[in-house]
Amino acid sequence: MRRARTIDWVPHAVLLIGIAIIAFPVYVTVVASTLTTPEIVYGPMSLLPGPHGPENYVQALSEGNAKTSGVGVGRMLLNTLVVALAIAVGKIAISIISAYAVVFFNFPGRMAFFWLIFLTLMLPVEVRIVPTYAVVAGLGLVDTYAGLAVPLIASATATLLFRQFFLTIPDEMVEAAKVDGAGPMRFFKDVVLPLSRTNIAALFVILFIYGWNQYLWPLLVTNDAEMTTIVIGIRRMLGNGDAQTEWSIVMATTVLALLPPVAIVILMQRWFVKGLVETEK
Amino acid sequence: MRRRVVFKQKLLPYLLLAPQVAITLVFFYWPAAQAVWYSTRREDPFGLRSQFVGLENFITVLEDPSYINSLTTTAIFSLAVAVLAIVPALLLAVMADRVVRAATVYKTILLSPYAVAPAIAGVLWLFLFAPGIGVVAYVLQFLGIDWNFVLRGEQAMLLVIIASAWKQISYNFLFFLAGLQSIPKSLIEAAAIDGAGEGRRFWDVVFPLLSPTTFFLLVVNVVYAFFDTFGIIHAVTQGGPAKATEILVYKVWYDGVMALDLGGSSAQSVILMGIVIALTAIQFRYVERKVHY
Repeated sequence: MRRARTIDWVPHAVLLIGIAIIAFPVYVTVVASTLTTPEIVYGPMSLLPGPHGPENYVQALSEGNAKTSGVGVGRMLLNTLVVALAIAVGKIAISIISAYAVVFFNFPGRMAFFWLIFLTLMLPVEVRIVPTYAVVAGLGLVDTYAGLAVPLIASATATLLFRQFFLTIPDEMVEAAKVDGAGPMRFFKDVVLPLSRTNIAALFVILFIYGWNQYLWPLLVTNDAEMTTIVIGIRRMLGNGDAQTEWSIVMATTVLALLPPVAIVILMQRWFVKGLVETEK
Repeated sequence: MRRRVVFKQKLLPYLLLAPQVAITLVFFYWPAAQAVWYSTRREDPFGLRSQFVGLENFITVLEDPSYINSLTTTAIFSLAVAVLAIVPALLLAVMADRVVRAATVYKTILLSPYAVAPAIAGVLWLFLFAPGIGVVAYVLQFLGIDWNFVLRGEQAMLLVIIASAWKQISYNFLFFLAGLQSIPKSLIEAAAIDGAGEGRRFWDVVFPLLSPTTFFLLVVNVVYAFFDTFGIIHAVTQGGPAKATEILVYKVWYDGVMALDLGGSSAQSVILMGIVIALTAIQFRYVERKVHY
């Protein structure tokens, strides 16, 4: 196999070049978060880390910059974490019970409800911006965690995924449960929920990232700087993105904003891949 | 499809469905219906009352040169994003499929951009290309290229395309890799025995087998470019300069939220709904075919 040996380096070389290009913007951002703003703005910035990382991160976390009205990134991270968890948990919870209802019961309107949920796929927030805002404002949910999370927790994809999975649970298990005198809630808690563990984990990873990265919706329903999520916060801190921008703080904030979801993808890669592939079915 | 054995409770299933149904009705169907309603009405200048105007808002929107401009911009943008996100992803997936050593490390790094928020991806690339500040902007200036995306529309477009494609490469890479790994090795070996070289084996055997995946990804990438790149546009260019990067979703938001044009924005929303429905229908038709494949 002499030939195979001689071309063996080609894939590695291509992959390394590809990775270098893909990782480059993140690398430069991490480096910039360890420099001072003048070092970034005047003259080509260094491509090697400087010593100012700790102070930049401390300033970002505690007070943000001039454009965040004294609200630190720590607060924004907390807001984002609350919203992302609420969205992920909420979507999974309401989807798993609606899929359970559609699959394990027979009742009038079963398919109508299924389609009602399914068709929300065709109504992303982007096509109903103003009226959805009006509903949330009417309910007094502007600048609240509920307003940030609840309108996003309906999920056709998660419901479809659970439905698909529930259809593979053998009838014998339901029969056995009935013989043992277990009711539907008991069956759900003791059989369905444990069997769904891997699906829940996979969905959680995907939905947490989805919730963490929301942009248009938080932009609409938050005015109060205290309720800003971190992605919106960065937009505010950025200003015009020119020499007036406090780049070192913005870059430290950017690193803080992308770290949690990226860490989840890296640490929970198996679930992430499963979730991404399954939710596309 | 239904199960043979089910539970008999009558009220319980409705209770289980209630939370999801309530949310979809209040936050999805009701606002969508309102968008349709407002798209057929015009408000007086004080916003006090409105009257039915039929399709007038739609005609105004479709005759508006700035809407046509936004439509063209969106078409160019989404096609460019799809191509720029699919081609490198395919190349990287083909390479990753061949390596054994360090495969997991490569995969992990290549999947990471998926987790980065669109707006953050925008900021990362904005920082590289910021005129007079960014590392890449310096290199371009040094090479004699007059780089200033803040003033030049085509450069701004290029920047948001790169930032959008960068994020989507992960997704395409994953699906291409899965597609490649599901191709039976015996097929490729058979082609090799028949004397097909590396290139022939790829174009005559592997690529045709990947074409369903490619088509599927094309649709997904176009949907992504249409609807999920608002954050990139908003963070990097705000639709400018001179509306050069004003994609449809950005325009709906701008006209509705910033310019407070309820009728026009609603008409645009309804047109976008039509586009989503068409794209989703294509996607589902395809997925069904994949099941029988």
